[in-house]
Amino acid sequence: MIRKSIFLLVFLAITFSCKKEKAKTEISEKKHSKIEVTSLDYNQLKPYLERKDDKTYVVNFWATWCAPCVKELPYFEKINKAYANQNVEVLLVSLDFPKQVDKKLIPFIKKRNLQSEVVLLDDTNENVWIPAINENWSGALPATLIYNKNNRKFYEQSFTYEALENELKTFLNP
Amino acid sequence: MKTIKSTLLLAVIAIITLAFTVKTDKGYKVGDTIEDFSLKNVDGDKISLKDYDDAKGFIIIFTCNTCPYSVANEDRIIALQDKYEELGYPVIAINPNDPKAQPGDSFEKMKVRAEEKGFNFPYLFDEGQKVFPKFGASKTPHVYIVSKPEMKVEYIGAIDDSSRDASAVKVKYVETVVDELLAGKTPSITETRAIGCSIKTVK
Repeated sequence: MIRKSIFLLVFLAITFSCKKEKAKTEISEKKHSKIEVTSLDYNQLKPYLERKDDKTYVVNFWATWCAPCVKELPYFEKINKAYANQNVEVLLVSLDFPKQVDKKLIPFIKKRNLQSEVVLLDDTNENVWIPAINENWSGALPATLIYNKNNRKFYEQSFTYEALENELKTFLNP
Repeated sequence: MKTIKSTLLLAVIAIITLAFTVKTDKGYKVGDTIEDFSLKNVDGDKISLKDYDDAKGFIIIFTCNTCPYSVANEDRIIALQDKYEELGYPVIAINPNDPKAQPGDSFEKMKVRAEEKGFNFPYLFDEGQKVFPKFGASKTPHVYIVSKPEMKVEYIGAIDDSSRDASAVKVKYVETVVDELLAGKTPSITETRAIGCSIKTVK
């Protein structure tokens, strides 16, 4: 019995120390700018599109291969920074091809030093999730969803910083 | 007086709403009749739909050189033309992008791409961007299937259900619709959605 308990204790100690070590390496990896992008299917992304807290979410659908998306990306970054203290959060949903995450997306995030959260939407069932996100969205990129618990609007268009800020303001001061 | 004022206000609101509704509702819908066009092909000839005496209809695809979703569909567009031209539904590809906004989609670059990829279908240039707004095309690739003789829009959407990965296709939308039309049936699919690149315009 005692032997068993000791064994268990040792086992637990080893497991615990391993875990701790792993956590440590994860932190140091982040310091050395090892970026990982979470890959989600639509069902996993959905909760990000309908949060009912006090924040206003600006969700931009983009890809590194989409020139107008890349052009407007700094505006979303600027909004994320400038309006962070007003409970605004930007989420960048990348539609890059899954094969190009390591080759294109992650180097792009590093190079541009993107601060907004980036996730990859990897779901081939486009005919289901495009109309689910917005009935009028044809599927063209870029596209943007702004929402909070009171209001929700979808934009199949490119933005200038001023236009984006003006739209956002209608959510903050209704 | 007050009633007149509020009626006037209501009328103004109604007009504004209507104006915006019309604005967002642009382009052909399924069931609409399309106008013919005359556009320059990569071989230099002008092409119109009326030139196709023997056709039963058309697979009109707005596509371009530069959009990865278009590129991912090139082989599938070639295969559609291979199969359906002789059955009476030729592919007509149209590049809607303004080269001033997207230099990779110039007429010269279209010729290069058609040559290197061996396009077996006409690849037309929407010079001056007069045609795509009539269709209400918003992206590349964007497919419109039209039947003769009424020149009626039968289908708007994607080529199949896996635009970026040809090996994962389960439903071939365009083939399903054209097969049904050829069999004299009403298409079972009329609209589908897929990701694509916005059409490039100079603002």
